[in-house]
Amino acid sequence: MGVHLRFLVKKKITLSFLILVFFVFCFLVFNKALFKDKIYSPDFKDGKTNYLVDFSLPELYSSNEIKLSEVIENKDFSIINIWASWCVPCREENDLLKSISSLSSLQIIGINYKDRKKNSIKFLNDYGNPFKYNLVDKDGTESINLGAYGVPETFLINKNRKILIKIIGPINDKDVKQIREIVNG
Amino acid sequence: MILSNAGFLSLLLGLLSSFAVFLCSVLNIKKNLLNLENKIYKFLTLQFFFVVISFFILLYTFIISDFSNETVYNNSHSTKPIFYKITGLWGNHEGSLLLWLLVLTSFVLFFFFSSKDEPKNFRLYTVIFHQIIVIGFFIFVLKTSNPFDILFPVPSEGLGLNPILQDPALAIHPPILYVGYVGTSIIFASALAAMVTGYVNNLWAKNLKKWVLISWTFLTGGILLGSIWAYYELGWGGFWFWDPVENISLMPWLSLTALLHCILTLEKRDLFKNWSIILSIVTFMLSVSGTFLVRSGILNSVHTFANDPSRGIYILIFLFVLILMSFVIFFIFENKNLENKKEIFFLSKETSVLINNWFMIYFLSVVLIGTVYPIFLDVITSEKISVGPPFYNKLLIPFLIPFFLFMSVGPNMSWIKTNLKFKASYIYYFLLTSAATIITIYFLTQKDFLLIILIFSLVFLSIKTLTNFFKNNTNHAQNLSHLGFAMLMLSILFNSISSTEIIKNIKVGESFISKNEKITFEEVKTNEKKNYSSIIGTFEVKNKNNKIIKLYPEIRIYNQPVIATSEAAIKTTLFKDRFITINLIKDEQLFNVRYQNKPFMIWIWISTLVIIFGGTFAVFSKKKNYS
Repeated sequence: MGVHLRFLVKKKITLSFLILVFFVFCFLVFNKALFKDKIYSPDFKDGKTNYLVDFSLPELYSSNEIKLSEVIENKDFSIINIWASWCVPCREENDLLKSISSLSSLQIIGINYKDRKKNSIKFLNDYGNPFKYNLVDKDGTESINLGAYGVPETFLINKNRKILIKIIGPINDKDVKQIREIVNG
Repeated sequence: MILSNAGFLSLLLGLLSSFAVFLCSVLNIKKNLLNLENKIYKFLTLQFFFVVISFFILLYTFIISDFSNETVYNNSHSTKPIFYKITGLWGNHEGSLLLWLLVLTSFVLFFFFSSKDEPKNFRLYTVIFHQIIVIGFFIFVLKTSNPFDILFPVPSEGLGLNPILQDPALAIHPPILYVGYVGTSIIFASALAAMVTGYVNNLWAKNLKKWVLISWTFLTGGILLGSIWAYYELGWGGFWFWDPVENISLMPWLSLTALLHCILTLEKRDLFKNWSIILSIVTFMLSVSGTFLVRSGILNSVHTFANDPSRGIYILIFLFVLILMSFVIFFIFENKNLENKKEIFFLSKETSVLINNWFMIYFLSVVLIGTVYPIFLDVITSEKISVGPPFYNKLLIPFLIPFFLFMSVGPNMSWIKTNLKFKASYIYYFLLTSAATIITIYFLTQKDFLLIILIFSLVFLSIKTLTNFFKNNTNHAQNLSHLGFAMLMLSILFNSISSTEIIKNIKVGESFISKNEKITFEEVKTNEKKNYSSIIGTFEVKNKNNKIIKLYPEIRIYNQPVIATSEAAIKTTLFKDRFITINLIKDEQLFNVRYQNKPFMIWIWISTLVIIFGGTFAVFSKKKNYS
């Protein structure tokens, strides 16, 4: 009887241990999932590089058609920032963009996404204009062609339109630091 | 600003009362003091009172649009209609947690009040375990999601409530769902307490049954409202998308349904003790996991209010502390509630309950794996997958057939042992079912083997359940819910196999043909409302009998925050819904039009209501159902 009981207790302890290990495993997985980057960018899997498609869009103030491949020739690096006046995070992001707009080898090109002209001009007057060019993507089709998820979204590209960084959502101080490192290289 | 401070203070006082309740209960277990019990009463009332105060303060700040409060600033706007100012309270993370706390504290008070006839130590332990949950949530609210954070300088205008949340069905969806979720906390606490005090018996089951029924009924209602909202508001024409967030409301429902059947067996036959305890614990864990998955931002969906890992980590730790606690208690006190060594005959109600539970656990596992597997895969291999309807359809539908068949005969079994005698009525049932199935199949365009058996088993279930209403000594609550379930499955089946959809890009004045109907795009109007402006299309649907129906789909452009939503125009009739949505393509000229015919749509809602009626009926029926 005693042996049997001891066997039962042993079984119980083994079982408890296994279940405990299982729960600890689940805990660790969920914990990791919490801090994992939520943003999925299929293009950057396995470190493969990707190039931004070329496009031309009208400029906000002059309405002249501007071709991307022509304007990025001017500087070593360009930032393409998709923004809109109705986008709340874009307001916060604007300050950070201004902080890097004066870098000598960098220019910032804005794509004004699904916006009204009046509102976008007011936005730039109120919050400041970090953009060298402001292209208007009225119906949002070009932004979708670029593979954008929504506003705001930021690409850092070089002269050959090679994407160096892609940031979905507003950029933060860390991103700015990274951009500075690449640009000052 | 003073208001917000008062609300915060009130929450702090609530937390203090929680500690007081906890202490009093612990002290009273050893000693047997009547005045301590009175104190528990007082502190429980006080705890509830303070939460009510902060709830109403937050409500008031929402109503008067006091933007010095950060929650109000982030989720309201002064031009919002008063109804959505109020519902904005729980349309966000902080406010909804306050609502959660409100339900939590009211339930424990109600439990203590209504359990006077039960053993003292059981009541005290239940309160203790429940207070652990209450305190956990109090700290969660105060530390990571304070709804009374103050903004200075005071903004002149708020950011507004997400427009897709501005909907009547969604306004009452969270409170109803929360009552269901939070009800499971009482079940959990009570299960642990019964374990510790060796009270897992038929008496416990009898008292717990009403809590299970209440939670189950409200959870069903909450899920129904969520589906209705998805159908009307999301504009995809579906009511269930197997979205992770929908799944996590379905999972507690499945385990609660299993528990509901299991607890009846415990009540009548003193069987399945450990299993009932495990189900009680699992149900609550699934509810808290639901909170975790929704609030942590692990899942991204319309329900995700904020992506803040600190909140996620708190609930995660809290969840695992609770799991660990129940685990330890279960293993220590398991011997205290020894299972009766009773023989279970194969043909008995006990067996049918067991089979029901197997199926429920299977369905639960499928949904659970479909929901968390992508998260695990992502963490371990960085591979992103999304699990969609095909997975669930493949794994669930074949198992529904035996499930329906067992469900049709299960309720007619007797406790202990059923003597199976061959009756002529079986042949009638079989013939009737076959005839009904053949007629149904005749009207369907799609005919495959699985579908035919599925319809056969469902029709059989419906007929058997219907006849149960006319038997003597029958449980009408059960019959109602089972009938509702059969109706629900039938409507979903017919709806999914015979829905049609047509998508066209057309201009005003043009028309297209869908099946036997001609749809003409007549005109476009614009309209200005207080919180949005809209573009309204007028469509004329003409069928072959020249009967005309007008539909007015809308595109709304909300002003605060500026978001465009597509409002479906739905014409509901008894047999089908006509569903139309429009989207702008270019210059308010060319529109993308989606026209859908959805048969038996309204019956999905009606049958779920029948299920809920069954549950409500069971809560209020005093009659003992010994069959």
